[in-house]
Amino acid sequence: MFRLKRRKQEWLQGYLFVAPSIIILGIFICLAVLFVIYLSFHRVNLFQNTYEFVGLENFIRLRLDHTAMRAIRNTLTFSAVVVTAQTMLALILAYVLSSNIRGRKLFRSVLFLPTLTSSAALTLIFMFMFNIQGPVNNMLLDVDILSERINFLQNTRFTLPVIMVMNIWSTVPFYMTLYIASLVDMPSNLYEAASIDGANVVQKFFRITVPYLRPITTFVLLTGIIGTLQMFDQAYIFSDGSGGPANSTLTIALLVYRYAFGPQNAMGYAATLAVILALIILTISLIVNRINKEERVY
Amino acid sequence: MRIKKISPGRIILYMVLIIASAATLYPFLWMISASFLPLAEIVGGNMSLVSPNMSLDNYRFVLGLTSLFPRWFLNSFIVALVGTTINVIFNSMAGYSLARLTFPGRNKIYFGLLALIMVPGQVLLIPNYLIMNAMGMLDTFAAITLPAAVNIAYIFMMRQFFINFSTDVEEAASIDGLGRYARFFRISLPLARPAIATQSVFVFMGFWNEFVRPMLYLQTQENFTITLGLQTFSSRHAGTQWAQTMAAACITVLPIIIIYFVFNNFFLTGRRMDGEK
Repeated sequence: MFRLKRRKQEWLQGYLFVAPSIIILGIFICLAVLFVIYLSFHRVNLFQNTYEFVGLENFIRLRLDHTAMRAIRNTLTFSAVVVTAQTMLALILAYVLSSNIRGRKLFRSVLFLPTLTSSAALTLIFMFMFNIQGPVNNMLLDVDILSERINFLQNTRFTLPVIMVMNIWSTVPFYMTLYIASLVDMPSNLYEAASIDGANVVQKFFRITVPYLRPITTFVLLTGIIGTLQMFDQAYIFSDGSGGPANSTLTIALLVYRYAFGPQNAMGYAATLAVILALIILTISLIVNRINKEERVY
Repeated sequence: MRIKKISPGRIILYMVLIIASAATLYPFLWMISASFLPLAEIVGGNMSLVSPNMSLDNYRFVLGLTSLFPRWFLNSFIVALVGTTINVIFNSMAGYSLARLTFPGRNKIYFGLLALIMVPGQVLLIPNYLIMNAMGMLDTFAAITLPAAVNIAYIFMMRQFFINFSTDVEEAASIDGLGRYARFFRISLPLARPAIATQSVFVFMGFWNEFVRPMLYLQTQENFTITLGLQTFSSRHAGTQWAQTMAAACITVLPIIIIYFVFNNFFLTGRRMDGEK
């Protein structure tokens, strides 16, 4: 009798302790997901507070929407370039930092700094550096790489690449730290054996470190892809919310925002685009996961 | 004593590190330098980081009486502090429950959380905006703290901590007649200090640096957080007031840099959240 009461009591305590988390996640994730799916099948007028069911109309409209196609193309390009660069740089830096060279703790502290910077500060710093009168232009003119100043912030050939550079700069340290955490566990006799065989640092990197880190690389790629496909802050701040100039910095997330809160007032349609973004992320994640599983087999 | 020979491999390693560090520091150095320079000098083709014309004028403007920056700074601080406190309590409670208490449906909840962690945040913006609107919470600090009041990654971290951590002390306290809630708050939670410190640092930084939620939910200038204030300030001057913007950016970054140097070890070691190890 007493034991049963104790057990019941523990049940109650268990539920009470998870309750705050369940309630918050239930409202702001579970309910929100259902809501966004609901919205994607409706035409919403926020001012009159009306929700009109339109079936698949939003999804059909998307296929004819050149702006949306541009945003999807921008986002995929952005993701491909940034994920490749950030993974490679993170891997190289982690390798260098986990070799036993002098001052690596100091280097590691310095290299971690970008992770601490808010997207707002970071974007404004880069915009300052790349503005037409800014330090980057000055430097490139000084070393004769450029003959005249480039307006990196307005020239559509350069706007997305500048955002790529700032994103890579700010995300590499995070992935570097993940790699370092894995390299700590690496058996040191792998390197020793290679050293006896006369392998140099570059050979050790490609023959030992890279294969050893393959599982964590999948994780890094996946996190990187999921993160970059949702690119919003930097593009928003860079273009002051417009995705301009000429939609060159327009990402899917930014277009979702523009449709939902801009003059179009098309929340239902914006929700559709958000659902598409989620589906793209889900699909790519599943593909990466599948590739990883196949590799593990052999 | 033998002088260690420097191999060519080592030189490559050092070169990589020096180039990477230079690339990392370059933007920071320019931010700091520009924050002390008059605007005329910044846009005048200036090449050097230091100049005799350096002054505190930009900071004087940013922190001055007519400026909203001090207000925004305070707002961010309140939001981050309250948000972090709530997170630590709720995440720890949930982690504790999933690790130490047995009740029907516990595994279902665990796997449910595992699924929820996959939901991309950007997808939730529109529905959450409408939910906030319906709850009448737009333009309040609750709108930015409440949706982020728990963090699944740190629930898992706390769960892992309580699974690995010995239950001896808690059992002893139980024999002494201490109830579950007293045991949790007075014994388990204080013992979990390292894990709590790690999550506090990252959650605080998350709140401090957050941009999207304030941008979406806050409307009155006086309620802005520092990141939103910074962006608004810059865009109001069409991105031309570089000097003052950089001074403001410096002030934004400073608290996190201070926290970083104080809690350096948590940043560099506690960063393994994929559940392995």
